[in-house]
Amino acid sequence: METSTKLGAYLLRLGDNTLVLGQRLAEWCGHGPVLEQDIALTNISLDLFGQTRSLLQYAGELEGKGRSEDDLAFLRDVREFRNCLLVEQPNGDFAGTIARQFLFDSFHYLLLEFLCDSTDKHLASIAKKSLKEVTYHLRFSSEWMIRLGDGTEVSHHKIQAALEDLWDYTGELYTPDELDSEMAFLGVAPDLNKLREPYLRKVEAILDTATLRKPASAFLQMGGKTGRHSEHLGHLLAEMQFLQRAYPGLTW
Amino acid sequence: MEKLHDLQQAFQAKIDADEKIEPKDWMPDAYRKTLIRQISQHAHSEIVGMLPEGNWISRAPSLRRKVALLAKVQDEAGHGLYLYSAAETLGIDRETLIDDLHTGKAKYSSIFNYPTLSWADIGAIGWLVDGAAIMNQVMLTRTSYGPYARAMVRICKEESFHQRQGYEILLTLCRGSEAQKEMAQDALNRWWWPSLMMFGPSDKESQHTEQSMLWKIKRKTNDELRQQFVDATVPQAEFLGLSIPDPDLKWNEETGHYEFGEINWDEFWQVVKGNGPCNRERIKARIKAHEEGAWVREAAMAYAKKRKERATAAQKVA
Ligand SMILES: [Fe+2]
Ligand SMILES: [Fe+2]
Repeated sequence: METSTKLGAYLLRLGDNTLVLGQRLAEWCGHGPVLEQDIALTNISLDLFGQTRSLLQYAGELEGKGRSEDDLAFLRDVREFRNCLLVEQPNGDFAGTIARQFLFDSFHYLLLEFLCDSTDKHLASIAKKSLKEVTYHLRFSSEWMIRLGDGTEVSHHKIQAALEDLWDYTGELYTPDELDSEMAFLGVAPDLNKLREPYLRKVEAILDTATLRKPASAFLQMGGKTGRHSEHLGHLLAEMQFLQRAYPGLTW
Repeated sequence: MEKLHDLQQAFQAKIDADEKIEPKDWMPDAYRKTLIRQISQHAHSEIVGMLPEGNWISRAPSLRRKVALLAKVQDEAGHGLYLYSAAETLGIDRETLIDDLHTGKAKYSSIFNYPTLSWADIGAIGWLVDGAAIMNQVMLTRTSYGPYARAMVRICKEESFHQRQGYEILLTLCRGSEAQKEMAQDALNRWWWPSLMMFGPSDKESQHTEQSMLWKIKRKTNDELRQQFVDATVPQAEFLGLSIPDPDLKWNEETGHYEFGEINWDEFWQVVKGNGPCNRERIKARIKAHEEGAWVREAAMAYAKKRKERATAAQKVA
């Protein structure tokens, strides 16, 4: 594979993460626990879709097969999606959504911080814009982790349970595979091995303040980055891609 | 007695002089009640209105359309917020208003009790429903109650954007494949009459119009607004190449207005009474969100309280 093709493949990982998480968050629109939080979750979703568009456009360019952002979003099947398992997990209740968001934001923030200095200038410029947005996302999800963890007994129990459910999906974020290592070697992306420590430190600090326990589970699920997903993704795509699949080749 | 009479006179004089009534001003109880009813109904409409369009966010056909629709539905949530705040200036709280929605005591616009069955419905809602809302809301920017009028100015800007966006969705469909054109026509067929019903009962049936006009809460009657909407919308349908599902629709050269057929008032009252296709589902969805959110709201309050207590304790030590 040429370098540009590999970079394209790497960008799909980034773009699919934001696409799938954006799609999940959008499910809350109109159903949030209170109007202000409905709006806040939608804001995050909108940011993520904006990032998706920049990333997938660029991925399409690098691929050189003339695929647009929409071709990539709406015409690939499960096995071709490269998002991590964490973001495709269903919303669950508000605690599930917040825990998932927090675990992802903490990683996303550190990743983007590095990507701002990526040797790939275009990616660096996308990252700079995204980092501003994700700084806010992380603040939002951290604050809610603390509020729920240190709120009532009920909320404490719910957010702890959500954390236990999702913890297994965090290992994939900071465990590099061949493509990650190659991107790190080129200075395009960070060495994920070096992100592991700061990630866990960041997460643990908030869990501490939130009076929450770090889950003991040591078994970490992998596979999303190479297209081996959970069963949930297929349903998400079936819904998201419905019109493009039912009426192929049209302009909307 | 004398005093009350003076207050009433001063109040009406202010309205007659086109001055705004502000929250601290004296106002008749009935004026306050009418406003609470109308503003909360308006706020509820924004919130319930998120549901039919929200139904297509996950299935929007492109990323651009998805972002635009999501942002639009979010705008409606924002409108709901401004309007609840405007209602709160009249001395009622949001929680009470929301309870009234859930128990069926308060109404919301009946249009949102119809289902969104295809992507073209998203275009039709933007074009017709936001379009009809604009007619009403532009009038309300001049309503006599200050906070309501000011909320409307902000909202109107966004609504006209929504309307253009909806129209553009339909324009794209109408310039597209045969199947897309059919989708657009079908959406117009289903949304046209309910949109005309949005302006409420005809003037001779409307209970509230006369007093509301006197108080300048409303500045045009239901029938006037409805006519204005038809006149503006028919040429837009022609430009799309779609036909309005009304065999009696015709241009009247003399009046300079379109004449249109009789609205099915039976259907109108049925939907108002709760028997529309989606009334139950809409309210159920709102109640579900509210109930499932209860523990979240409680946690936020409990945490805020703890923080405050900790801050006070820390101050005492220091
Ligand atoms: Fe609105
Ligand atoms: Fe609107």
